[in-house]
This record gives sequence, C-alpha cells and structure tokens, in this order.
Amino acid sequence: MNRRALRKPRISVFSVVNTLLLCIIVVMTIYPVLYILFASFSDARMLTKHEGPIFWPLGQPTLAGYKLTLSNPNILSGYKNTILYMIVGTSLNLVLTSLAAYALSRRHYIFRNALMIMIVITMFFGGGLVPLFFVIRTLGIYDTRLAVILPTAISSWNVILMRTFFQSLPEEMEESAIIDGANDMTILTRIILPLSKPIIAVMVLYYGVAHWNSWFNALVFLRDTTLFPLQLFLRETLITNKETAADTTSQMLEESFTRELVQYCTIVVSTFPIFCVYPFLQKYFVKGVMIGALKG
Amino acid sequence: MKKVIQNIRRHPMVHIMVIPVVAYYLIFHYLPMYGVLIAFQNFVPSRSLWDNQWVGLMHFKDFFSDIYFTRLIKNTLSINIGLLLVGFPMPILFALMLNEVKSKRFKGFTQTVTYMPHFISSVVLCGIVVNFCKSTGLITYILTLFGFPKTNLLIVPSMFKPIFVGMNIWQNLGWDSIIYLAALSGIDPTLYEAADVDGAGRFSKMWNITLPGIAPTIVMLLILRIGRLMSLGWEQIILLYNPMIYETADVISTYVYRRGLIQFDYSFAAAVGLFNSVINLILLISANYISRRVNETSLW
Repeated sequence: MNRRALRKPRISVFSVVNTLLLCIIVVMTIYPVLYILFASFSDARMLTKHEGPIFWPLGQPTLAGYKLTLSNPNILSGYKNTILYMIVGTSLNLVLTSLAAYALSRRHYIFRNALMIMIVITMFFGGGLVPLFFVIRTLGIYDTRLAVILPTAISSWNVILMRTFFQSLPEEMEESAIIDGANDMTILTRIILPLSKPIIAVMVLYYGVAHWNSWFNALVFLRDTTLFPLQLFLRETLITNKETAADTTSQMLEESFTRELVQYCTIVVSTFPIFCVYPFLQKYFVKGVMIGALKG
Repeated sequence: MKKVIQNIRRHPMVHIMVIPVVAYYLIFHYLPMYGVLIAFQNFVPSRSLWDNQWVGLMHFKDFFSDIYFTRLIKNTLSINIGLLLVGFPMPILFALMLNEVKSKRFKGFTQTVTYMPHFISSVVLCGIVVNFCKSTGLITYILTLFGFPKTNLLIVPSMFKPIFVGMNIWQNLGWDSIIYLAALSGIDPTLYEAADVDGAGRFSKMWNITLPGIAPTIVMLLILRIGRLMSLGWEQIILLYNPMIYETADVISTYVYRRGLIQFDYSFAAAVGLFNSVINLILLISANYISRRVNETSLW
C-alpha cells in the first residue's frame, strides 16, 4: 500500500471523479433518511403544505407527531406481537436450521445427499401461494400465531450457509467424541455449536431481521387484528389510505392535517430500533454474506 | 438396504434429529406441491382434494386466453428485466469503485451508509416511496424541476417501472456489492504487482485482472437471478400498485394473489401460480445449461 503511494504521489483525475461519484451515492442514500427524520419533528400544518427538500424541521421542532403516533394502540400491540414472533420464530429457526445443517455436514449420515436434494428443490420450485393457504387451513393453524411462525421455520439458504460453516470445522474432536460413545445430538450441542458462535450470530441476525420485516404471511394467514405484527399496522398507516370513520368533519380535517406527520413519525418509530443496532451488527451480516459467497 | 439399516443402527441419533426438518419440508413445501393438483380441478374448499371435479388443463387454457395474459407476461418480464439490466450491473460497478478507494475510513463510511437501506422493511420502504411520490412529495418535486407535471406519480402508468427499479437500487446497491467486494479481496495481489511492472494502466488492470477475477461470482449470481426472474419483488408491488396502474404494474404473482385469495378463484390462481413456477424453473435450468456450456461455471 505504502510503496504504491510513494510511487504515485499525485492525485489522479480518476480518484477525484471516483470519490465524487461515491459521495453523490452516499448523499442520495442518506438524504431521504434525513428528510424523514426532519419531517417527523416538523409542524403538522407546515409539513402538509410543504413541497421540496427539507434541511431542518419545519417550524418549531416538536414531538407532537410522536405523541400522536405512540398514542395509537395498534403500534404498541404490533410491536409486542412482532417481538414475540421474532423471539419464538428465531429460536425455532435456530434449532431446525442447526439440525438440518448438522445432518447435511455429516459424512456418516447416509441420506445426506437425498436430504440436500430435497431441500434444494424447494429453493427453485414450489406449489405456490394458494396451495400453501390450504395447507395452513387444513392444519387448523389459520388465524393463529403458528400460521406466522411455522411456514418460515427454515430458510434453505441459511441451512446451506450453516452447513458450509459446519463443514469447515476440524473433525478431530468429533472423532474422539465418537470413540467415547457420544451420539450425534451430543456432538452437535457439546462440540459443534460451541465452536459455531459466529455463524449462530449471523443466523440470529438474518432470521431476526426476516421476522421483523415479514408482513405478507400475516396478511394472508391472519384475520384477528390482535395477532397482527407491526408491519401490518404500518401498512395500514403508511399505504392503505383507508378513510377513517371520523365522527365530525372537523375531526377529519384535523386528521388530514396530521396524517403526513404521523406517517413520518411511524416510519421513524418502526425503523429506529434496527438502525440503532445496525452499525454494531454490520460486521456479522457482512460475514454471513462472505460465508455464503464461499459456496455460492 | 443393508447399508441403510447398518447406518441407522450405528448412528440412530442423526436420523431422529432430521425428523422435524423433513417434517417441515414435507408439510410446508411438498404438501403445497401436491396441493397444486387443484390447478387441474374445480376446487371447492369444503370438499377433500380427491372429491373435486377434474377439469384437466381448463384453467391453463383460460389463463392463456385471459384478456390480461399478455399484459401480465409483458409486465412481469419488463419489470424484472429492467431490474436485471440496471440493478444487476450497478453493484458490480459500485464494488469496483469502492475497491479503488485508498482511504479506509471513507470506504468504511460509504459501506456503512449504503448497506443501511437494506434493513428498511418493504412496508416502510414502500410507505416512503408512496409519500415521496405524492403530488407534494419530494420525488415529484424534483421531477417538476425537469418539467414533469405535478401529480401523484403512482397513478401514472409509465412511471411505475422507473420508480420500482429505482427503489430497489436504492435499497440494494450497497448490500449486493458485498459479495463482489469479497470476491475482489480474493484476487491475488501479486497479479497487480506484475501488471504494475509491465506498466499496465488502471483500466487495463481492471479489464484484465479484476473482472476475470470476479467473473465466476458474477455468473453464479446471474444464474440465480435469472432463476428467480418471474418471482422477484411482487410483495413490494402489492404494496405500491393500485388499479389505476395495473396496466404496467400488475405481474403474474400479484394476479395470483388477487384472483386466489381476494376473489377466491382458487383453482385458477393455483394454475397461474404453477405456470409461473414452471417458467421459473425452465429459466433457471436453461441459464445454468448455457453458462456451463459457455464458461464452465454452473450451479450443479
């Protein structure tokens, strides 16, 4: 690195243009986020009338929008449900994914290839939405929490990722454990998993974020709004501009003024947790992509 | 058979351990594949699968002569090919650009910022786009500076594809570049040193060393991408589209959703879904085949 720098001390046109372009990309990525943040602290009426970019909250910065947003009981109930789905769903994901990845990584498991084929087929072919809907109905889990958790209990991509990691672990310890008469469950829980903290972290993050973001299964398989995850309520607030049954016209007018502000606050409230933890977790996510890249 | 029994005797535990895994795949993946038989029936939910009237390929024929058939195929292909043509090369270019950055801090900062949108949920992302495309929205405002009429962009049919592709690029540009950065870091640095000695310029090195170095990764991802050509992004389309722009925004998967789960046309929707899956599979297999022939990179 140093040697090259010494050889070429001047700043080339290329690197100037390159840096400039990258800066433009950074600004284009970050500005919408800042816009939303500024908008969420703005005055409701000014925001509704405003057009064009914002570089600071409009009017006196205020938390009024957040008060309105958080007074919506759906946001709270959605948050609770989402956290529940995340915790239960991710735990189930981890158990099943480890089991699958373990079996696939064992040379002594005779159906290893058969299982692999069984899994890979589902990555590229499926029955589709309508038949899955009837499977859920037939199982009797339609409109229950299980309908959100079970259909995504395993992600085949993640199984393959984890298997690749398990395969890269040294085999000596395992061999001595087998000689000591340990069974596969013991090997997985006592030897493999303690060595697999990095990939477990990656899995928790991948599955966790997937649960956090998922909304479509809940839309299709749930009816009871008390079971709805946060994303479904977000969809209602942000996208389906359904007419709220307001009693009086003045209330409707008031709502139409605050709607935009509430939308921006909702975006911030719902995305804030992920953005807060993201910079600390970035390296784990990146690691996951790298492990995936090794095997393709 | 003897081998199998011997294997089960020697390692019984691993066979027990896969039971829940196999059960999951059978129930949530293979049972729906079996359930796709309703595509060949006039399925009534109250009856069991085998008690329904069989109609053969009727629903497929209906779909092929559906007034929306050409529109759906056209939209599905056009949106996804647009996404492929613009969205696929951009992360590669971006990774190459990042690779040329000398300052570690600037590189790290750019990466952190551009990975971030990946973690915004589809619902929120589409909510942002809906807001920015209103007649008073930010994107609309910017476009009016270039002479576009001031109107809600999401009711203008011709605007849907650019908005959708742009949104996807904004969300995934950085994230999709990680895998290429990984491939770039795997290129042997002595190759560059040798090229320096030979007096090769920046672009000549890029063309002769860097691109061949990441070519297998590019091809692999391209095959995977083509294998999902008909099924990408439709959850986001459901969030963004509205009847006024079905003309350009309605794709096969969104049609399946509407016909099947909103209008309860189960068998017809299942047939359309099956048609989509089969096309996807054919695309994947052909892409893989061509790639194996042309440059010996393939998934299997």
